Amino acid sequence: MPETHLFDDYGPVVGFDEMYDGSQVRSEYAAVHASFQAMGDDEIRLRAESLASSYLDQGVTFGVGGEERPFPLDLVPRIIEAADWRHVDTGVRQRVKALEAFLADVYGPGEVFADGVVPRETVLTSPHYHRVVSGIEPPNGVRIHISGIDLIRDGNGDFRVLEDNCRVPSGVSYVMTNRPALSAALPEVFADHRIRPVQQYSRNLLAALRAAAPSGVSDPTVVVLTPGVYNSAYFEHTLLARTMGVELVEGRDLVCRQGRVMMRTTRGLEPVDVIYRRLDDEFLDPMQFYPESVLGVPGLVNAARAGNVTIANAVGNGVADDKLIYTYVPDLVRYYLGEEPILRNVDTWRLGDADQRTEVLDRLDELVLKPVDGSGGKGIVIGPAASREELDALRLKIDQDPRAWIAQPVISLSTVPTLVEKGIRPRHVDLRPFAVNDGDDVYVLPGGLTRVALPEGELIVNSSRGGGSKDTWVLADPLEPADPKDTADAEPEPEVPGAQKRAPGRPDGDTQSIPVITAELPEPGEGPGQTQTQTQTQGGGA
Amino acid sequence: MLSRIAESLFWIGRYLERADDTARILDVQLQVLVEDPAIDEATSCAQLLGVMGVDDYTGVVNRWTILDLLAHNPDSNNSIAAAIDAAREGARGARETLSTDLWTAINMMWRGLPAARSRRPPDLFAWVRNQTAMVHGIAEGTMTRDEGWNYFVLGRSIERVDMTARLLSTASLAGSAQLAWPTTLRACGAYEAFIRAYRGIEGDRQAAEFLLLDRWFPRSIVSSLAEAEKALSRLEARGQRSGFADEAQRLLGRARTELEYRPLAEIVEALPTEMERLQRTCAAASEAVSARYFSSAELHAWRGGTFL
Repeated sequence: MPETHLFDDYGPVVGFDEMYDGSQVRSEYAAVHASFQAMGDDEIRLRAESLASSYLDQGVTFGVGGEERPFPLDLVPRIIEAADWRHVDTGVRQRVKALEAFLADVYGPGEVFADGVVPRETVLTSPHYHRVVSGIEPPNGVRIHISGIDLIRDGNGDFRVLEDNCRVPSGVSYVMTNRPALSAALPEVFADHRIRPVQQYSRNLLAALRAAAPSGVSDPTVVVLTPGVYNSAYFEHTLLARTMGVELVEGRDLVCRQGRVMMRTTRGLEPVDVIYRRLDDEFLDPMQFYPESVLGVPGLVNAARAGNVTIANAVGNGVADDKLIYTYVPDLVRYYLGEEPILRNVDTWRLGDADQRTEVLDRLDELVLKPVDGSGGKGIVIGPAASREELDALRLKIDQDPRAWIAQPVISLSTVPTLVEKGIRPRHVDLRPFAVNDGDDVYVLPGGLTRVALPEGELIVNSSRGGGSKDTWVLADPLEPADPKDTADAEPEPEVPGAQKRAPGRPDGDTQSIPVITAELPEPGEGPGQTQTQTQTQGGGA
Repeated sequence: MLSRIAESLFWIGRYLERADDTARILDVQLQVLVEDPAIDEATSCAQLLGVMGVDDYTGVVNRWTILDLLAHNPDSNNSIAAAIDAAREGARGARETLSTDLWTAINMMWRGLPAARSRRPPDLFAWVRNQTAMVHGIAEGTMTRDEGWNYFVLGRSIERVDMTARLLSTASLAGSAQLAWPTTLRACGAYEAFIRAYRGIEGDRQAAEFLLLDRWFPRSIVSSLAEAEKALSRLEARGQRSGFADEAQRLLGRARTELEYRPLAEIVEALPTEMERLQRTCAAASEAVSARYFSSAELHAWRGGTFL
């Protein structure tokens, strides 16, 4: 019987560890822990190696500055219990619905301003607010077709929202490739669990995109719009197009004619009805935004305004995932849905508010300061790690433009055992569940992308900092029938009665404020910042 | 199918074939240089560069320069390395339309190139031939026979006509013909087929005839032309009662019938000139294909803030 010593000297645990409760293994990890114990050190290392080489041959990569790099997948899965997932699932759905209502309001009647929930200037001064799309009513009312809500677990193991992504959230392709790669590496461990599948994501996404087609189109043509092969998330764009069976187009493949969007094919121009764009707003339509951009399609926004094409996600969504609006989301949930927020925010101070500013300026050396429109971790100052000069410079910047900053406590992310050189050790993780809104309901893909920071104590899980990912297993509730949207078949089975709705999540009763540590979690491959640099580099050539 | 994707597939077909055939041509040339005592290395290498379309090289020409320019140097447009790079780049841009197996094969070929380049030249050439054969085999076995497949086959066939024409020119220019023709046949993998077909009669004329006109041998010029014509007629969805409306199809069909109906002696006599003409036909056909299928409605383009 081989022995496993890789778990010896596990630690140090700072914050919440998802496998160990003290020295006890939590029940959801019991079977995985036992399998690893029985496997032996050599076997574990061997399987990790074969996992890595299978990823390299398949070309599962992300791009950094035009260079392709492998995206490491850890051998130890992350496991989320059915009850915990129900909580996340209902919380994410609630949040997406509130954000949808908010966007409809901002680009429509603007009642949220009249009722004094959010100050009008907070939205109008956001760089992501685009007046050009106000008054455009999307065909099925959906603006956030795809979203990624970044979650962390605090010191008590409670899920908290760190950031909303309502523009072009990326990373779902790794969720889809991690699963088959890990099941090939750990077949016996998979057999011990009932894990909810993830491969149905493409089918649900395609259904939602088709549902968003302009009215009167019975068999819509859906395309995925990519900035091109040099984009950091190009791998994902090809995977989504391939698994949905739709064309992957670049801006130069599309052309607008009489308010319609057409694609250039070998048989001439053919109409396009729904565009799942993986391109930032600013590059989408050079007639409306950067005139120098050659990645977009001139006339696209006007075609959308005429109701002839649906852009998913909608233009102007950036006001909903602005870091300043983030602080208002709990109020938006109460205002639009009349419910208490299920998932709580991380405590945040707005520096635009004079009282809060005074408090933050007093404690600058113990907080994390983030610019509201900075993305991909740009411009963040971590108080405890900053020098006196840096803090003074920061003070000056805050005085000049307080609206541009928010402050958060330092949050200690939860840890999950991860195979590193020294053995299996706690490493910090976050979670990005992906939600698809088809207009009738919001579907949350069970699991989502878990990013893990591989260096010891590192809180930034970004892949360009040596971050990796983990396959995320959501365990199926044995007492519940399978979610019909989980099945990978083309036709959901009609004879499953009462399987539509899951039970509502437990209310979040914990109201006490917990001191937590912070880390900024930039995007895995496609930080908005990176996309931008990438697109500019590419656009600059022509 | 998207014009851009169709164009990528066409060029993936061309580049793969170019890598394959360049390896074959170099293999012949280097063997002849080694084995033929009477040959003048500089002249014969300069001729080869001319045939392969490298006309801006002014330095000293010997076997190492042709190896660099036609095999190793990725900055030289005519090299094997450049062709493999271009094929992989094209495949990357059309990744969602290729089968996973096909993409993996092209990607692995590209990844294996640096290692293969450090081997001896004959081994490198054999590696290129094997890799392209594998890619074609996988394409054959896994690609659906849709439009995309036709563009892929079309590109491959046009390139094969072009490159076989160059190979024949090389052979006829390569000093002692006694040595060149059997080597050329071997390079095409045609030696045994030729020996069987002609019952052991080895002559330059027969060898040229075989590589030009044999309808059963898949690398001959006539078979490749016919293959390209077939791909074009599959792309032309509506059947035609008379004649051919497609420019590329007309060009290729005329070239094929000229080869088949003219007296062989006439062609063999001025082989390099004839082969050059054939290459020009290929270029014209390629342009006709791209004008018809790859540039739909590119009348308006957006450049720097305005429509042109």
